[in-house]
Amino acid sequence: MSEQRETPRTHALDTKRLRDTYRQGQSMGGEKTSLSLRDLQLFYGNDRALNGIDLDIPEKRVTAFIGPSGCGKSTLLRCINRMNDLIDNCRVQGQILLDGEDIYHHSVDVAELRRRVGMVFQKPNPFPKSIYENVAFGLRLQGVNSRRILDEVVESSLQRAALWDEVKDRLQENAFSLSGGQQQRLVIARAIAIEPEVILLDEPASALDPISTLKIEELINELKDKYTIVIVTHNMQQAARVSDYTAFMYMGDLVEYGDTDTIFTNPSKKQTEDYITGRYG
Amino acid sequence: MDITSHKHHISQQYNVELDEIRTHLAEMGGMAQRQVNDAIQALIEADVERAQRVVDGDDKVNRMEVSIDEECVRILARRQPAASDLRLVVAVTKAITDLERVGDEASKIARQAIALNTEGEVPRGFVEVRHIGDKVSEMLRDALDAFARLDVNLALKVVETDKIVDLEYNSAVREMITYMMEDPRRISRALNILWSLRALERIGDHARNLAQYVVYLVRGEDVRHDSYDEIQEQIDADQSDQ
Repeated sequence: MSEQRETPRTHALDTKRLRDTYRQGQSMGGEKTSLSLRDLQLFYGNDRALNGIDLDIPEKRVTAFIGPSGCGKSTLLRCINRMNDLIDNCRVQGQILLDGEDIYHHSVDVAELRRRVGMVFQKPNPFPKSIYENVAFGLRLQGVNSRRILDEVVESSLQRAALWDEVKDRLQENAFSLSGGQQQRLVIARAIAIEPEVILLDEPASALDPISTLKIEELINELKDKYTIVIVTHNMQQAARVSDYTAFMYMGDLVEYGDTDTIFTNPSKKQTEDYITGRYG
Repeated sequence: MDITSHKHHISQQYNVELDEIRTHLAEMGGMAQRQVNDAIQALIEADVERAQRVVDGDDKVNRMEVSIDEECVRILARRQPAASDLRLVVAVTKAITDLERVGDEASKIARQAIALNTEGEVPRGFVEVRHIGDKVSEMLRDALDAFARLDVNLALKVVETDKIVDLEYNSAVREMITYMMEDPRRISRALNILWSLRALERIGDHARNLAQYVVYLVRGEDVRHDSYDEIQEQIDADQSDQ
């Protein structure tokens, strides 16, 4: 018999609220915004690779960019710490605001920006130095030479990167003696040693085996307590597992942006649906 | 969004697998529907043989539930479906549970038919059984059609009909109680009819559940504990939103 229950209406997915939120360009569901992208366009010569992206990335959350190869997701990620500055004839228009300040403003010190916005690449890229020196590198660059401080930071960074127990007895060994998964965690430890606000991860686990991948994902989950994390991944299940918000990009456009639960159970755009369900678009 | 196209995946095998669970669900639905119709018929016509066939046939429905469930688990494990594909698999696993229970209710009715045959007839209640039986049978058919065609409006009609069935069930119960008070010697026989009415009403509830899974499958909204008006309102709001 149908009973009229007194409980409030529950919806597995409040898609309408999110769609409204997205349309108004507000930050996600009342989250504090860390990065705001405003009409961001990027050109390689005369070719436009990003077609005016508007996106708010919430603080201390994991935001994933997904999309087919060449959709501009890595390009977008690299804009966030101005990696694209290193590419000839690459031009950026629009704004990226980090805590309200435009990172493309001429007064911005790019080295300082990259300290605040760390980056981890697809292939682990430790320096040809000891494990200890890899993590201490950023601090030494900043002129920190106190053994006590360095020891402290190296230990705490390696611990936060969930690598300490595996390397604490071999800190002076060369970083290349570590496995791929360990190297990737070492690189993450190196990134967090200098206390960034944002960590950008570009396919951080695509060169790793499933167990190392899960360790990285677990680490991402731990790190979001302290840092804003933006991850680019080809692995949709990975985006579904680790991220709070997901942005789907296609051919330089931001097609859909919403909370990960909604994107993976009930996306509102057909292109998103086709991509995440493996249909031909 | 065209979610009827489970045929456009890059993986052909995936298309086949999703198609198969839909086909098997329809088969199981047809089977449960036949069980219900046969049980009602057996009760009304005091056809013990037919009733026995329904009781024996329940096992087939049960086995079908197990095998579709296995297919769904396999798809979840191997394909990690997302979005409408995920909703399809989830809706099917829920739907088969309801269909299995529909089968159970049908065999309950069939058992009452057998009992009535041994304990003796009751002169009352058959009109109600036929009437409510027709209604829930139609509900079940519509719910399965709605599933096959992903027809939200037809699903809503099922939810609406369930309210009417509930009202008619209540009034039939009142009538049977009056009858039992008039002649307490026939209570045990009248109870057989009452249990059958109860089983029919439950079948209506299962048909309504199936209809609600259709809304979830098509629109991604869980409307299980919403009233008809709330569901309608939500769908209207979404339509104007798009």
